[in-house]
Formats: sequence, structure tokens, C-alpha cells
Amino acid sequence: MIRFDQVGKRYPPDIDALTEVGFDIAAGERVVISGHSGAGKSTLLKLIAAIERPTRGSVLLGGQNIGALPRSALPFVRRKMGLVLQDQKLLFDRSVFDNVMLPLAITGFPPKEAALRVRAALDKVGLARREKALPIALSGGEQQRLAIARAVVSRPALLLADEPTAHLDHETATDVARIFEEFHRAGVTVLVATYDASLFPGARRIELVHGRLSS
Amino acid sequence: MKGWLFQQSTAARLAFRRLAAAPFNTLLSFLAIGVLLSLPATGQMLLTNLQRLSASSTVMPQISVFMAGDADARATREIAERLKHVGGVRQVEFLPREATRARLKSTEGLRGVIEALPDNPFPDAFVVTPGDTAPAALEQLAGEFRQWPHVEHVQLDSAWLQRLDALFRLGRTGLILLATLLGLGLIAITFNVIRLQILVSRAEIEVSQLLGATDRFIRRPFLYFGALLGLGGGGSAVLLVLAATLWLRAPLAELMQLYGIALVLQPLSVADTLALLGCAAVLGWSGAALSLRQFLR
Repeated sequence: MIRFDQVGKRYPPDIDALTEVGFDIAAGERVVISGHSGAGKSTLLKLIAAIERPTRGSVLLGGQNIGALPRSALPFVRRKMGLVLQDQKLLFDRSVFDNVMLPLAITGFPPKEAALRVRAALDKVGLARREKALPIALSGGEQQRLAIARAVVSRPALLLADEPTAHLDHETATDVARIFEEFHRAGVTVLVATYDASLFPGARRIELVHGRLSS
Repeated sequence: MKGWLFQQSTAARLAFRRLAAAPFNTLLSFLAIGVLLSLPATGQMLLTNLQRLSASSTVMPQISVFMAGDADARATREIAERLKHVGGVRQVEFLPREATRARLKSTEGLRGVIEALPDNPFPDAFVVTPGDTAPAALEQLAGEFRQWPHVEHVQLDSAWLQRLDALFRLGRTGLILLATLLGLGLIAITFNVIRLQILVSRAEIEVSQLLGATDRFIRRPFLYFGALLGLGGGGSAVLLVLAATLWLRAPLAELMQLYGIALVLQPLSVADTLALLGCAAVLGWSGAALSLRQFLR
């Protein structure tokens, strides 16, 4: 499903975030990308989500070279995946429900069905009763779960998460990790970048050290 | 098709909500655009009224055709015949030279002069009322008369009409110029308002892009915002012009009465109103489109 082929990413001026990274991830896998802070985990995820383009090599998603796609094609690539970013990028001017509704509104989903899906997604992450709340009224763990609900509401086959358990106490972090586990069991390919791989026992590990794969 | 309509209506509703979210700002923008557009709109209203007035005035342009002094009665009859059959002539009045002499003799002060003359100095003459009063048509008709035998002089009584026509044309050109300038002003206003909107909505735009929104999806509500802004401004302009019309009506009628002219100022026609609203919406949309091109990346 995902193939990195000799991928390098260099930020100006001459800072190599990733160097000669190559791996394959099959559909349905559960992968943890681990490494120290600054190892290149976020960059790796951003390359898959086409937020950044590789300076070397190619990133293939379902056989498509993401880095070579024109800008106009990127929205349709992103619709195939659910994204949970480090700063969750919630919209604080609208309710929990409307935050989760956004991806469906973007794809032009029929509103009635969309509402059902939003409620289902909120139910899965345990926020069913908070749909009218504003994100600012949610706790850190709840905000994280809201970001996950927004990422999965359009039922993507691939879920990318960047440090989804950062800034959470251990109990809440375990809780959030469990949600990813459930999506994986439902057949979703899950890719989580985290400094704390122990939260995801049994997952395949890809470890980065200073932008290179550690052997 | 249904999906397309849904997306359009969603974007329009979002734009409407954004306008309603800051009512004071929205009203001020409407007012600024309204004042801007009310200037050419008022000009159009006044010009239309003046044209209506000039079209309804009973003063018809006429062409005077004077026969040569040596033309005999037969030649005059021939010309009279020709005038009856030439196209574009509505009415012909014959003024025999004797009648002219008699009429002028009865005028105080001229009697002595005319009696002193040995012969009748006046020629036979025709006063022609043309069917088409357009200056060009008059000129053409007069030119044709000049070619005829025994016609000494043709006088076109349309100078004032030409002046009026030129004045109207000048007025219309000035109006177009004014409307163009202020239309650019409208584009500038929406450009800036949309720029602020884009800045305010940065977070939303960024998130939407990450969630797979196309540029078109992101632009749509801003374009509707611009169009609504223009439309609201156009609506205020219509109201302003209407208020001006009603306010000016009585004093203007009073003034014109002194000149013996009955004038009831009419508001903008329905067609003009629709054109104003349409143009305002399109200009607002254009301002938004320019702004998006500049600031949305």
C-alpha cells in the first residue's frame, strides 16, 4: 500500500530530515514509527499525506507516486486517508459535531447520511454526548479523540497519526491507543508516529535515527 | 447535479452566515458600496427623466423651404406636389408670399418698411414637419430639398435639437465614465474585505486543505461572500436613489412649474434596478476572485 524508495527530504539550508529511507507497508498493517524527537517521524508522515514533497526518491501510495502529482490532484489523495496531526488543527469556532462534519462536507456527502456517520464516529471515540460542545470545552484527551473522529469519519483505508498520545497522561494515552487498535481490527491500515512505542504492543516498528532507518 | 447544487447552496449559506456574524461591519460595507453606486445610479435616474421630458415635449423640429424669388406659380405647385410624396414628411404647410407680406404688414413697426418697398420681397415658402426628428434624418431631408429646382434656401430648425442630443450623449458618456471608476472602487472594497476574511479564516482554510478540500471548494464561499457584498451594496444604492427621488420630487416639480414644465421625477426603472444589482453582484464576485488569487495559496 505504501512504498518508500530511497526517499530523502532536505529542508533549506542543507538540513537532511530523512536520508535514504526505504520500506513497504502492506494494506491492513499496523505500524509504529518510533524515534527520538527530531528523528524525522513527522516528516515521514507529511510525505505520505503530500504535505511535503521528497527531494529524493519516491513515495508511492497505492502505486501512485505522491511526490510527482500536480497540486490539483492532492485533495483527492488526502481524501483516501485519515490524518491526525500533532497540533490537532481543530476549528474552535464550531461545535464538535461540525468539526467532524467538515471532511464529509468537503466531499459533498448527502447531509442526512453525513449526520449519521458523524454520530457513529463520535460514538466510536466516546464523544457521542459532547457533539454540541465547542472544542475549547473539551479536555486534552477529548480533543485528541475528536481529531481521531474527524480523521475516520469518511472511513479511510489508511489512518496516519502524528504523536496522538503526546501531552496525555498514561491512562488517557492508553485509551487513545486502544481506539487505534480498534480501527486496525476493523481493517484500517494504521500508521502512528510516536516516541512511546510501548503504547502500541504488537505493532510493526519502523525506527528512525537522525533521519535514517535503524537496522 | 444535485450534489453540485448542494455544494453551491452550502457555500452560499456559509457566506451568508459570515456576513451575518459581523452585522455592523456588513452594514458599513453595504453603505460604502451603496454610496459609491448611488452616484452613477442617480445620474442615470436624472438622465432618464430628462430624456423622457424632452421626448414628450410638443416642440417639433421643422424644415423651412423657401422658393426662389423668380419661381412662378407652376414651379411652386410642382414643389408642393413633390413635398407631398417624398418619404419622411409628416405635414406640409404652404405659406404664400402675399400672405407673408400681409402678416408682417400687420406687425407693428414693420408696416412702414414693407409699404415703402416697391415689390413683395418675400418668396413662397413651405414649412415641413418631418416624421423622424432624429438630427441625422432631418439633415438628410433638408439636403434632398436643397437639390430641387427653384428652391433657394432650406433652413433646418434643428440646431437646438442637436445641442440637446449632444448634451445627452455627453451626459451618458460621463455617466459611463463615472460608473466605471466607481465600479473599480467596488472591486477594491470587496478585494480588501475578502483579504481580511481570508486572514480570519486561515485556520479553516488550512484544515480544509489537509482534509482534501479542492481549491474550488475553498474559494466558493468567499466568492459568494463577495457577490453578496456587492448585491447588498447595490440594494443600498437602489434605496438611496429611491429616497433621493422622492425627496427631490416636490421641490423640483415646483421649480419646473415656474418654467411651465410639468415634471414628476420617476425612480429608476425596473430594468435599470436589475442591471444595477446584477453589475454590483458581478463586481463583488470579481473583487473576491482577484483577492483569492492574490492571497490564497
